[in-house]
Amino acid sequence: MRPDLRVKIGSLVLDNPVMVASGTFGYAEEFKDFIDLKKLGAIVTKTITVKARNGNLPPRTCETPAGLLNSIGLENPGLDNFISDKMPFLKKLGVPLVVSIAAEEDSGEFFTLAEKLGGIGAVSAIELNISCPNMRKDKLIAQDPKDTFALVSAVRRVTDKCLITKLSPNVASVSEIALAAQDAGSDAVSLINTLTGMSIDVQRRIPKIASCIGGLSGPAIRPVAVRMVWEVYHKINIPIIGMGGIMDTESALEFFLAGAAAVSLGTVNFVNPRACLEVIHGLERYLIDNGIPELSRLKGSLKLCQD
Amino acid sequence: MAITQLKAKIVSNERVKNNYWLLRLECAEIAGKACPGQFVEIRVGEGAEPLLRRPISIHDAHKAGISLFYETVGRGTRMLSERARGSLLDVIGPLGNGFACDGLNKKNRIVLVAGGMGVAPLVFLAKRLKTIEPLVLIGARTKAQVVCLREFKDAGCSVKIATDDGSAGFKGKVTGLLESCLGQGGFSQIFACGPDPMLKAVANMARDNSIGSQLSLEEHMACGIGACLGCVVNTKNGYKRVCKEGPVFSGEELVW
Repeated sequence: MRPDLRVKIGSLVLDNPVMVASGTFGYAEEFKDFIDLKKLGAIVTKTITVKARNGNLPPRTCETPAGLLNSIGLENPGLDNFISDKMPFLKKLGVPLVVSIAAEEDSGEFFTLAEKLGGIGAVSAIELNISCPNMRKDKLIAQDPKDTFALVSAVRRVTDKCLITKLSPNVASVSEIALAAQDAGSDAVSLINTLTGMSIDVQRRIPKIASCIGGLSGPAIRPVAVRMVWEVYHKINIPIIGMGGIMDTESALEFFLAGAAAVSLGTVNFVNPRACLEVIHGLERYLIDNGIPELSRLKGSLKLCQD
Repeated sequence: MAITQLKAKIVSNERVKNNYWLLRLECAEIAGKACPGQFVEIRVGEGAEPLLRRPISIHDAHKAGISLFYETVGRGTRMLSERARGSLLDVIGPLGNGFACDGLNKKNRIVLVAGGMGVAPLVFLAKRLKTIEPLVLIGARTKAQVVCLREFKDAGCSVKIATDDGSAGFKGKVTGLLESCLGQGGFSQIFACGPDPMLKAVANMARDNSIGSQLSLEEHMACGIGACLGCVVNTKNGYKRVCKEGPVFSGEELVW
């Protein structure tokens, strides 16, 4: 018998737990030649802001050991153009759609975005990107539990849609922030966003990306991400969407064992556009091989060494 | 045109000279769709090091496959040079927008300007051009670094060389050579590929001579398929992706 890969996130039921991480999959159309998009557990869009954004100065990316440093700066067409130009394709797919949103200046922009997207049937969930490191802000919402609570509860009041709060790893205690998101009514948390980092061209003595500091992703950050999922899992009751450097089935399994209910694949989409489908297949194989009928039984099932 | 991801068999992977290598791949599906100026993304290894694919321009395409002309500059291209004949390489392509040569006919005089590794996509273009005897200008640091001379000649081009040290042809930058050639008049289009300062100079010369220019840019890429928005360049119409709207841009469009 085929194992049950379904996962429940708030009011949302996904056929399988493999999603794509915001910003690494464009608006899905970019990947239509590579995979059957209908097989994905959910699609998370690149972050949308109310107004169109040009993004940061190039160069915006550089490769680092087992990683990628980026400072795209949330380049996006803006809410209205997203709805008119990107939604029709996404709507046709029929895959659960998570729209990632962020505010540029005023957190009120979150309400505008959530209200408008909340009225669109094809939008299954909204991800609150309160943790983008490339917006030249001194402090992110996701770096303060009070700010996180205030923002999430205010958005909660304007929409009934499933709400996912995306957390930053650039904090002293990620579980404190996760708890604030849960208390404010978030249906799930997703973690981790990128770790802030720098890379330097020593010959020219300049930073390798124009904004100097960027967000690090890829396998290099995976142990940090797994640790954070593990910590958060013991503090909250809402589902965790785990991400950070997943490359294949084995690395995805680490997140489930640490307590994730679902996973997102990010940077690997740039390297292997078929990775998501390979992981879905691989998870099914793992469950069959280990005689586990439901994926949900894996969640947090890490065995600790006894003294 | 749909993009293909496939495992291409390495037909040959040989050093031409210095750090220049020629890689032949069996991949009819990509070859059949490839246009001059387009590129492929290659995964040089299996693991996380190097993490990203390497974008390499298509040097030639025939019925059964494509060839790539590349220089070993870092770890990724060195690993590529170590891949053995007969093994399989994960390739995505063809990618990007190539050179537009539909409007050209036998009456048009064309000049191709290649700086350094810029020869790589221009050989493919030279083979597909239907104009009369295109003029090719190759710029290199020294005579030893001049490559693809034979390929251009075989494609029916007349070739001139510029070297920084004067060890072959014109002494100085290839743009200096271009300036003297344009002085003769009669050219209707410039195609160029090379380092940014060269391309900028070519764009300015084309504008001053009221000639169209098509420039193929090189940029570090994360995805190569238009998803990450990492490889943008500034244009009169805002940021454009080198991997998707490019790598070939009109000289008038770019903002340097």
